[in-house]
Amino acid sequence: MITFEGVTKRYGDGTVAVDNLSLRVPTGAVTVFVGPSGCGKTTSLRMINRMIEASSGRILLDGRDVREIDPPTLRRGIGYVIQQAGLFPHRKIVDNVATVPYLLGWDKKKARARAMELLERVGLDTKLAGRYPFQLSGGQQQRVGVARALAADPPVLLMDEPFSAVDPVVRTSLQDELLRLQAELHKTIVFVTHDIDEAIKLGDTVAVLRVGGRLAQIADPATLLSRPEDDFVEGFLGRDRGIRRLSFVPASGVAVRSEPHVPGWNVVLDGDGRPLGWRPDDAATPSGAPVNRTGSRDGSAPAPDGVLPFGAFDPAKDSLRAALDAALLAPSGCAIAVDGAGRFQGIVTREALDRALLQAGGAEPARPAGSGSSTPREVGDEAGNSGSGVSDRSSATGGSDGPSSSRGPGGDGAAAHG
Amino acid sequence: MNWLIDFFGDPANWSGPDGIPVRLLEHVEFSAVALLLSMLVAIPLGLLIGHTGRGAVLVVIAANAARALPTLGLVVLIVLLVGVGTTWPVLVPLVALAVPPILVNTYEGVRGVDEDLRDAAYGMGLRGGQVLFRVQVPVAMPLILLGLRIAAIQVVATATVAAYVGLGGLGRYIIDGLATKDFPSTIGGAVLVALLALAVQLCFTLLQRVLVSPGVSRRTRLR
Amino acid sequence: MGEEPLIRWAWIGRNWPQIEGMLVDHVVMALVPALLGLLVALPLGLASARWRVLYQPTVSLMNVVYSLPSLAVFIVLIPLTGLAERTTVIIPLTFYSLAVLIPAVVDGLESVPDHVRQSAVAMGFGPMRRLLQVELPIAVPVVLAGLRVATVSSISLVSVGALIGRGGLGYLFIDGWQRQFPTPIIVGIVLVVVLAVLADGLLVLAQRLLTPWARARRTA
Repeated sequence: MITFEGVTKRYGDGTVAVDNLSLRVPTGAVTVFVGPSGCGKTTSLRMINRMIEASSGRILLDGRDVREIDPPTLRRGIGYVIQQAGLFPHRKIVDNVATVPYLLGWDKKKARARAMELLERVGLDTKLAGRYPFQLSGGQQQRVGVARALAADPPVLLMDEPFSAVDPVVRTSLQDELLRLQAELHKTIVFVTHDIDEAIKLGDTVAVLRVGGRLAQIADPATLLSRPEDDFVEGFLGRDRGIRRLSFVPASGVAVRSEPHVPGWNVVLDGDGRPLGWRPDDAATPSGAPVNRTGSRDGSAPAPDGVLPFGAFDPAKDSLRAALDAALLAPSGCAIAVDGAGRFQGIVTREALDRALLQAGGAEPARPAGSGSSTPREVGDEAGNSGSGVSDRSSATGGSDGPSSSRGPGGDGAAAHG
Repeated sequence: MNWLIDFFGDPANWSGPDGIPVRLLEHVEFSAVALLLSMLVAIPLGLLIGHTGRGAVLVVIAANAARALPTLGLVVLIVLLVGVGTTWPVLVPLVALAVPPILVNTYEGVRGVDEDLRDAAYGMGLRGGQVLFRVQVPVAMPLILLGLRIAAIQVVATATVAAYVGLGGLGRYIIDGLATKDFPSTIGGAVLVALLALAVQLCFTLLQRVLVSPGVSRRTRLR
Repeated sequence: MGEEPLIRWAWIGRNWPQIEGMLVDHVVMALVPALLGLLVALPLGLASARWRVLYQPTVSLMNVVYSLPSLAVFIVLIPLTGLAERTTVIIPLTFYSLAVLIPAVVDGLESVPDHVRQSAVAMGFGPMRRLLQVELPIAVPVVLAGLRVATVSSISLVSVGALIGRGGLGYLFIDGWQRQFPTPIIVGIVLVVVLAVLADGLLVLAQRLLTPWARARRTA
């Protein structure tokens, strides 16, 4: 547990970077400091390992004031990851990762073995161990940076905008990797970012800071999205809060019908029972009959003629947002539920989805729908027409970034096919 | 060309106290001593101001002014004031010549190390000295070596002037040849100094291979 | 030396006219190589920056030139340009300047950020316009840093020319040595250093005027 007690950082010229900050960073969880530039988030982070000294107040690490600990000793027990990775260009990757073990006086063999293990752990080919940093891509370097921070198995990890210098695709994979690692390692992580989506995706707790270094709100992501404390937080969270909040509502509660058809539409399956798409009622093939063609959820194989795209989600793993997105992608307006292997489990109708959405909204008084016309119905279906209680402003666009925002491993939620 | 054959072909030039081996050794000796003394002064100072950033402006201005010191003037002044007899009068101007490039390059090399790198090093718990010697110096190595190379070449080339006040070294052939209008000797001496300087270049190229990490040299261009 | 004072001020007063002449001679022999070096280094540096194959050979050649002892080169040139001639001193010093300036020009041009070059191209600058209006101005600080080194070493090196009869203020060293009299030597050293510091200061000033955009960064 890291505790900030009335921590202030004031510079010589009178600027206040952090103003009387008090908060708790729980053990074994990810706490994200997020805010616009100048909000003191990086300063706050760097005061934990004394890269910057607080002007007043205390920071306690497991009850001990960090100022009682000699900085290098303190830092060797805290992993530190920065934006540009900061790898030592003159050392091979393996030695970069083993930096802190070497400092702690580990036996060279043991340190290197540990480094190799970590490289694998962060998803890097161990063949890279003998290379120099300049021979690696930005994303690879950043993974090495994470491995290096983990090398001496510190209980605490400080990450200062670690993924902001890589492209969005690599960033997403690094984020997923971090969540996967964290699920295994349960470190106490303080993560700084200016990207609210990253904060919501990664944080168990999100602390929103405002310019001048004052804490605006600290809460778990779902609460933050549903109950922003003031206009600043609401503005910083941006649009589509309602839709985004659905990422934190599991889809497991949604009612699934096991028949592979709804009025007017049939689900086409392949030989393994994986959905291939929707076919209108008047088409030749009988409903649910296997089609001799293998398809997959990720749309890698083309659908047979006359079969229309579909969306699918896994109720065991995915969020309600993924379920809604799956429904929006289908001409029938219904989502297809699949199991972990991508096999057909059943159909979620718009009515069932609406009940789940209402329930999710009920947990939290959501605003009434601003305009009925902009609800997901425009995809074209008669079923389910009660409108969505969660969408407030522009819900129709909310599904466009669907799959990537569902949490956790394997959360590739809905996928278009065809 | 004929002059060179005259000079190098003369067996008298290859033995005795005025022979090429002896003069070459003298030249190498006080060049090396001058370079070592300069390193003892300039490298610690350069590392210190590069690492702490303190006093940098003053030191760099002083170093640049020192570049202007005319070696010939210093040599004759010192010999005039303290008399001939030892080689150290020639060492002072040579050290004055060699310190600025070593100092400035060491300082700039260390100071120029990427701030993120320094940050990462401190953040992982390296102490000041460890940051300097395990991170800053290896990364700055190409520039430090460049400074040393420039200094070494200037020292070797300029040490010829010492002969003017009666000191040894390869400059003897040049100065004596000039005085006695013995052109083969002058040209021969000049060629020897140039060859020595080239040998120094070569040494530094090899040193560069050994001392600079491949991870750094791929990235760093010579300046 | 005993009662002989380190400096005889009267000697300076008596010989000032001659010293002044040497000073002028010194300035000419030092500055002409630096400026000539710059004029030649610009096109050569541009060529080396454009055609990278040229760069390494050019730099290697310049390294060789740089390692030649000035005195030796002066002597080699005597049969061609004459003893005690300005040209004999100016030619080698020009080559030394080149050895410093060509890498400086190349480094300067390479210090132009790629996105700046790209946006100049995108805005429709032709190669010549881009060079003159975008790349060279950005390269100025690095080139001028090289010019400072070249000028100062040039000023210092001219005095070696005294050994072949044309060394500007360097003559004072020979004179003092032959008469075993320190005053001219000290005057020579002081004037050479003052000259170098002045020239260096002027170049720093020139850099500030030429690159006003860099001023804020420098004072920060």
